[in-house]
Amino acid sequence: MSFGPFAVAVWLLLVGLYGIVTSRNLVHLILCLGVVQASTYVLLLAIGYRTGGAAPIFADIPVGTRAVDPVVQALTLTDVVVEATVMALLLAIALQVDKRFGTVDPDELRDLRG
Amino acid sequence: MSRRFRLSLFAVGAAVLAAGLLHGLAGLPAFGHYHGVYGTVLDRVTVSERHATDVITAINFDYRGLDTMGEEFILFAASIGLVVLLREQRDEHVDAERASEAGDPEQASDAARSGDAADPERTGGEAGSDARVEAERGGGHRLRTSPALLATGRWLVGPVLVLGVYIVTHGQLTPGGGFQGGVVLAAAVILVFVAGGRVAMAPIRPTGAAEALEAVGAGGYVAIGIAGLIAGMRFLSNFLPLGTVGSLLSSGTITSLSTIVGIEVAGALTLIVSEFVDQRLLVGGRSATEPRSPK
Repeated sequence: MSFGPFAVAVWLLLVGLYGIVTSRNLVHLILCLGVVQASTYVLLLAIGYRTGGAAPIFADIPVGTRAVDPVVQALTLTDVVVEATVMALLLAIALQVDKRFGTVDPDELRDLRG
Repeated sequence: MSRRFRLSLFAVGAAVLAAGLLHGLAGLPAFGHYHGVYGTVLDRVTVSERHATDVITAINFDYRGLDTMGEEFILFAASIGLVVLLREQRDEHVDAERASEAGDPEQASDAARSGDAADPERTGGEAGSDARVEAERGGGHRLRTSPALLATGRWLVGPVLVLGVYIVTHGQLTPGGGFQGGVVLAAAVILVFVAGGRVAMAPIRPTGAAEALEAVGAGGYVAIGIAGLIAGMRFLSNFLPLGTVGSLLSSGTITSLSTIVGIEVAGALTLIVSEFVDQRLLVGGRSATEPRSPK
């Protein structure tokens, strides 16, 4: 059980990659990339967890209470922001691909066109 | 590359990747037994050193303030990049008719209906059916939104706005901060769009305001950093009075930076969403001149 959260992160990474490899729609592919990125959140938060630790917010608990690691949580926040920007840009590119080529199936985008 | 071959290639790669990852992760400290020094130290000193009770916000806007500046500029650059990607292309133009129709959903649907029937010279033949398909695909310039959604959306705009401001301004005390609250504020703008029955962002023109907010957010962060230099300390050092632990105006520049980031995030997300929504106003481009191949 102590390995469970790490296994979930690996599983999310692999299942997202499977979705990307087999995708037939760019929007679906981008959402699969989101699943891949979600595995990094699980991994970061799992690394920083301390058994029985509270959230590192000392508004209503005394300083010195056993709390989980705040550094990885701040990193996760950065991670989420980066994911949001990457997804927005990729969706914009998918939109332009649809306009230019009339398809969002990656398999049909094989030929280079000027 | 055939699909079967691609899948078998993926299966091999995934198996190797999974084995490597599991082997690597097995070498980490067991779940629940993290011994990071920095986190432990920060958990103990943040409240006395920075008068902030949310350690994560204190890390983001003080201890790691420079990194957050980079993070903020990632968002800034991405939203500008999105505007560039979704700009009017050479063979596109904003349909003035659609833009004005978009202002009033009732009139817009009427105009779309009569326009399709009574405007054969503009479209004509093959293109005419295309335009009709386009109109149907685009919802006929009218959102088929249920009255229940409209009513709920209108009712929610105010509370969501207040919640966003609350989360932005209380980031130093309770979970939240500029990034999280900014997203909630942008959601309030999206609710205006949903509840207003607008088919496009253009009539309420949030783009100019969103760009101004973004500029204020990005510039303000740097300005607060430079103010630290002027105060005779380092860039982005916490030069403001720290206040009382637990009060709204405590923890010095953490509160100001969090609020500035909230403005930036709200502006950037509003810009991103309105750019996507305004795509509906563009006509032309290859997909309209060359009929799509049926799939």
